Amino acid sequence: MEAIGVDGLRKRYGAVQALDGVSFAVREGEVFGLLGPNGAGKSTTVRVLVTLTTADEGRATVAGHDVVREQAAVRRAIGYVPQDSGVDGFATGRENLMLQGRVQGMGGRDLRARVNELLELVGIADAADRIVRNYSGGMRRRLDIALGLVHRPRVLFLDEPTTGLDPEARVAMWHEVERLAHAEALTILLTTHYLEEADQLADRLAIVSQGKIVVEGKPGELKAGLRGDAVHVELARGEVERAQAVLGEAGATPEQVLDGRTVVARVDHGGRALPHLLAALDGAGIGVESVSVSRPSLDDVYLYFTGRDFRTEDRGE
Amino acid sequence: MTAARHTWFMVVRQARNLAREPIWIVMMIIQPMVWLLLYGQLFKNVTRLGGFGTQSYITFLAPAIVVMNAFFGATWSGMSMIADLEHKVVERFLATPASRLSLVLSQIVRSALTAAIQAVIILLVSLALGVRIHTGVAGWLVIVLAAILVNSAFAGISQAIALLTRREATMIAVANFIGLPLLFLSTTMIARAQMPHWMRTAARFNPVDWGVRAAREVVLPGTSWATVGWDLLLLLGLTAVTAAWATRTFHAYQRSL
Repeated sequence: MEAIGVDGLRKRYGAVQALDGVSFAVREGEVFGLLGPNGAGKSTTVRVLVTLTTADEGRATVAGHDVVREQAAVRRAIGYVPQDSGVDGFATGRENLMLQGRVQGMGGRDLRARVNELLELVGIADAADRIVRNYSGGMRRRLDIALGLVHRPRVLFLDEPTTGLDPEARVAMWHEVERLAHAEALTILLTTHYLEEADQLADRLAIVSQGKIVVEGKPGELKAGLRGDAVHVELARGEVERAQAVLGEAGATPEQVLDGRTVVARVDHGGRALPHLLAALDGAGIGVESVSVSRPSLDDVYLYFTGRDFRTEDRGE
Repeated sequence: MTAARHTWFMVVRQARNLAREPIWIVMMIIQPMVWLLLYGQLFKNVTRLGGFGTQSYITFLAPAIVVMNAFFGATWSGMSMIADLEHKVVERFLATPASRLSLVLSQIVRSALTAAIQAVIILLVSLALGVRIHTGVAGWLVIVLAAILVNSAFAGISQAIALLTRREATMIAVANFIGLPLLFLSTTMIARAQMPHWMRTAARFNPVDWGVRAAREVVLPGTSWATVGWDLLLLLGLTAVTAAWATRTFHAYQRSL
């Protein structure tokens, strides 16, 4: 069954066309990633889906409910973990969770037990009765996620779950999300501008750029669709042009040059082609210092489908 | 009924957060004392001018200080809404079935509750300073009610301004702008008989003065319950209007998201 269905969403903020016809579908039980640079329209899409705002055109359903006509039902069915937290910094973690449960219609022993369970589940039980203002960034993020889960939602929206976390905390959060998705039998829609994050977490993902979905699919398929691995050849004496010519003749497609001495070339089945490429370079008398083969990354996918470099675009916004 | 329950949850949240700020509690208790003692001393001899209905200026002043304090508290009540907007607490609740009305009403109720507690404290201190409330328990109730209503009425305005501007600096400017003029355009510190004619007329339209009049009426002898009732009714009407305005601005805020 379809947990989220999005059909032709458009939304304008003044002169900015934030959403320019966004459509995608998320299956039940799936972790779906919306990947794109800042300002691409990911958060706006989520805000429409969680009933915080409405689109100018198009329609969307979450857990089978229309996000405009059945707002109350949507709000009961979803958990929303916004990008900028929204936790009450002057209350304790437990108090935040209890209140969240109460406005979701829970109460009594059920709520207390659920709050204890979640505090354990996200690993902040020791800090449960401390004021949130004194939490670390990672603990705060865990509390945010717990807040989204109190009422046992079917669909969880994670808007940039690891933005602002240090790399270590980020990896810990990835494991956490994977574990929660499983433990709570959740459908998760996650937005991120970290390629690694989408790669790691999403069963399927859609790349969003300038208010549109550019491509949708499994991370592996998208990368495989690029046909070709990247071969990095570090040259001993920096004969870049000759090396590129030799690699080209040997059936690889030379691309960019890094640091003036490493040639990057794309080739089908890098592992199989490598001996052949090395033999050709050797035959031409070109000394090789080191060589590596890498599978295409989502960076490559983004570049391929949008024609723009992801990191440049992300910084630009 | 959901709205009432959710309002209560939100009031508890805000009150608990405030109660955790020791400095805030100290300020909340000491500030009205300062008004009472400072003004009480400063204008002690002013009753000689006549028209105060009592020789004891502190007796004249005490009920008005209760109302003035409630009024000042109300003008700042939007600050807490701005903090919630800034920290996205409001947005988080908007993505839940939380009653929309409760998000605004709770701010007003919390503000009024604070004013009521302060009213009781001021009255107790006044009692120690020799102030006698002529109408007894009924008088106490009227004064606390006047404080609650004046506070709610202006808290509604403060919330609306908070939701319209969403900026602390603007909020502070507005609070300062309306605070002192409305205080001096009322009989808080001076008898009506001693006010210039135009000010007397202006005071008639000042909701702060409605509260002061009702509160003072029950303290001094010769209480006119009709005046008290009428003033409280006016305040109640105003509260309904400003609360409705605050709610409307909240809907406008939601649409702006």
